[in-house]
Amino acid sequence: MAFGLPARPAALAAACANLAIGLLLAFRFDYGNATAFQFAAVRPVLDNPAIGLNVGIDGMSLVMVLLTVLVTFAAIWIRPARGTDDALYYASSLLIAAGAAGAFVSTDLLFFYAFHELALIPTFLMIGMRGTGNNKDAAWKITIYLGLGSLVLLAGLAFLVTAPSGGVSTFDMTKLGALTRTIEGPVQERIYLVLLLGFGTLVSLFPFHSWAAPAYAAAPAPVSMLHAGVLKKFGLYGLLRVAIPMLPLGHSAEWIQHLLIVLLVGNILFVGLVTIAQKEVDTMLGNSSVMHMGYIFLGIASGSAIGYSGAVLLMFAHGVSIALLFALSASIREKTGTLQFHRLGGLAQSAPFLGLAFGMAAFASIGLPGFANFAAEINIFFSGFASKSPDHFGWLQTGTVLALWGVVISAVYMLRAFRAVFKGPLPDALKSPVSDLTLSERIPALLLLAALLLTGFAPNLLLRAVNPVVQAITAAAAR
Amino acid sequence: MPAYYLEIALVVLGLVLLLAETFTPPGSKRLVGLAALAAVTVVFFLLLTVKPHGLSSDGIWRFYSDDKLALFYKGLALVTTAGVLILSLDYAPVLAKFSARAGGGPAIGEFYCLPIFVCTGMMWMASAIDLSTIFLSLELTTIGFYILVAYMRRNVGSLEAGVKYLILGALSTGFLVYGFTWLYGVTGQVTLSGIANALPSAPKAPALFAFALILVALSFKVAAVPFHLWVPDVYQGAPTPITAFLSVGSKAAGFAVAGRLLEPFLAAEQLRGTTSALLMAVAAATLVLGNLAAIPQSNFKRLLGYSSIAHAGFLLLALGANTAVGSLSPRMIVAYYLAGYLFMSLTAFAVLVVINRTDGADDFKAFNGLHQRSPFLAFAITVAAASLAGVPLTAGFTGKFLAFSAAAGAHQWALLAIAAAAASAGFYYYFKVLRHVFWNRPADGAATITVPPLTRLLVVALITGTFAAGILFQPFVNLLR
Repeated sequence: MAFGLPARPAALAAACANLAIGLLLAFRFDYGNATAFQFAAVRPVLDNPAIGLNVGIDGMSLVMVLLTVLVTFAAIWIRPARGTDDALYYASSLLIAAGAAGAFVSTDLLFFYAFHELALIPTFLMIGMRGTGNNKDAAWKITIYLGLGSLVLLAGLAFLVTAPSGGVSTFDMTKLGALTRTIEGPVQERIYLVLLLGFGTLVSLFPFHSWAAPAYAAAPAPVSMLHAGVLKKFGLYGLLRVAIPMLPLGHSAEWIQHLLIVLLVGNILFVGLVTIAQKEVDTMLGNSSVMHMGYIFLGIASGSAIGYSGAVLLMFAHGVSIALLFALSASIREKTGTLQFHRLGGLAQSAPFLGLAFGMAAFASIGLPGFANFAAEINIFFSGFASKSPDHFGWLQTGTVLALWGVVISAVYMLRAFRAVFKGPLPDALKSPVSDLTLSERIPALLLLAALLLTGFAPNLLLRAVNPVVQAITAAAAR
Repeated sequence: MPAYYLEIALVVLGLVLLLAETFTPPGSKRLVGLAALAAVTVVFFLLLTVKPHGLSSDGIWRFYSDDKLALFYKGLALVTTAGVLILSLDYAPVLAKFSARAGGGPAIGEFYCLPIFVCTGMMWMASAIDLSTIFLSLELTTIGFYILVAYMRRNVGSLEAGVKYLILGALSTGFLVYGFTWLYGVTGQVTLSGIANALPSAPKAPALFAFALILVALSFKVAAVPFHLWVPDVYQGAPTPITAFLSVGSKAAGFAVAGRLLEPFLAAEQLRGTTSALLMAVAAATLVLGNLAAIPQSNFKRLLGYSSIAHAGFLLLALGANTAVGSLSPRMIVAYYLAGYLFMSLTAFAVLVVINRTDGADDFKAFNGLHQRSPFLAFAITVAAASLAGVPLTAGFTGKFLAFSAAAGAHQWALLAIAAAAASAGFYYYFKVLRHVFWNRPADGAATITVPPLTRLLVVALITGTFAAGILFQPFVNLLR
């Protein structure tokens, strides 16, 4: 774009190439050997301590890469609402996507962390320049909050690499685990707690979630899509990739388990009730995205392979469905000029496709069968009971029962939103009929819906890559 | 070629330039600046040809070290000086306005010559391993700065800065000399190697007293709390290129000396605990105060002053932790950090100088809508702010990360928590600048800004350095190890 290329075609070409490479990786991936890092490339940048710009994809990162390329394509495809700095707009969106993709493919702890932070500045600039509503405050909030969260995480990672006897020697994730698993239990618990707080803040774990909803509501659509859909999953991915396999004693410590369960129930019930109280589509979506993180944490808290695989599948499913919802809500805002429930209504009469797509995405988000979200959530809920003996009813089981009520809560707010926006009479302010999505505008919605349905009917497409990896994680913890 | 030829060459060049300046017509003083720049560049290339002298410690090698760290710091001093000279050439219009002789024209020729002497002092500081040479080189640097800070004599701010810097600089020199006498008293040695041998068996209380006095003096030099009070005022009042010189060059040289001077104390078994704790206390105070005081600032130069204090905190954290990260010793971490600090801080100052000369202002409002007035400068300041705040893949992150790791390796949990909180405050005040650059509209009638070619080259080089030190560690580490 700096070379005088028109911004939109250049960005679209990049996003298409991205999607093509992502799909190619999925086809060329050797599913029989999913625990190994494939397509690996190693580029050492320091000998002692060993740091390298190392990349590779195993089954779990493959799913995250697919999520990234899908959402990136959709986020770049939808047209920006207004403004003059399109080059900066597309460059920022692509930078956020690049940060996420870089983090998911890194096999070096330092670059894993570094790539995630790449999104910090573009997010700040985009929310402030192109956001809506109270966007400047929201931009500050997300930046300071995530800045602090990532510094806590950095401190945790610094403890992790320096804790093994003999001091810091390597940042290579494939070698670090063997060293850190020898750390004694109490130290593992402390480091795990710091990592949980750091990663948790980045995922909007209750009570560190208050940055998320206002920022997603205020951000321009591609930023909400990429951030809520993809980037936020970094913290969960980090727990599964770093914290759990490298600090198994920390993860299984009883008090940490109990803490995690209390917090995740806070995510599901407290934030769920907050979501019901919202009066606009965008803040409702922002809060719902925070709430659904609770389910993923539940899968992680279960400590079992089935829970972990459900968590990974839900990361994918939630990422796709929330990105779709944010994209559609941006279209609603563009066509009607508002997202407040009481000023909307009856849109399905003149915009049936918009209504259908929003409805399906809402159903996916609630967790109706047929969508990937259902497959993931059922794995997670089973894991809550599968992990201990059948007659045992402890913290995890109590948490699971409470979390099940979250499904009811999601149904309440999603269906209410659907009714408020698409059903009933047109409000007076909207007497001119609202046009439906054009063919070009339907492409990202169709793509994301297809991904949700495909993985909903055949979750094994993804799970055959994920299952070996999560089994390896639990096996390493049992040793 | 032995390393000390470099300093000799620089002094000779400086004297020749001063002489030539006298005979340069008032309209062509720019030539003096370009000649000085060329001279510094030549010396920098000569630095690359220096061969270490080996192990002998006779003659000059009793006072003078040419180990890798010394050569590294010499390189930093030369690069900084070259950058400052380029900025000074851009700054000439402002300088001419405020430095006019009574009834005469502007006097800016000497402004290009003095940095060469300051640079010589900083290079000598990097090599000084004897109390007397440490003191002499430090004074050579500081006296040059006394003149340069107060150079804009028709500007009250510059004069105020000059007086403050003079008085507090002299005071800190007093502390330093007093500390040296106590150090000599307890060890009977003036060379650092002799002191390192004698300290483990020296009487403890007087040795700690010497340490405290030296720490006070060095805290003045590197802008550490509670001896930081001069920094914001002097930074704001001094000519902007000199502020950059103080912030980057003076701090690097100060830490080069601090690393050498404090090492014997940190190595001696009986003193290690107390000295490390003292350093950590200073680091904690510096981190908290520097970062908190930076938050409400609305003047960019002043903000960079507080930022300079904040970075001194991270550097002291690495030094005081006294723990290696892999093969990197604390002093190497400090040197790496300072190289990164050079790239990012000088970038910020270069942007400020260009805005200074266009608008004559240096508060945040002058940055309004910069991305429309000059996308190049907007990109440069974004990289600089990101790196100063410690966003990964930039030099600033690498430095902070190494300092954090050193503290973690030393099990300094509380200090690490303070450092994390302090660093997150940095996100706020550095991004505050970006808010003006990207979110706000330019003032009415604000024209596009043209960047002089030499400055453009400098900024491109500095940005490249910022990313290189943030991604490729090995080349820099090879220079240190």
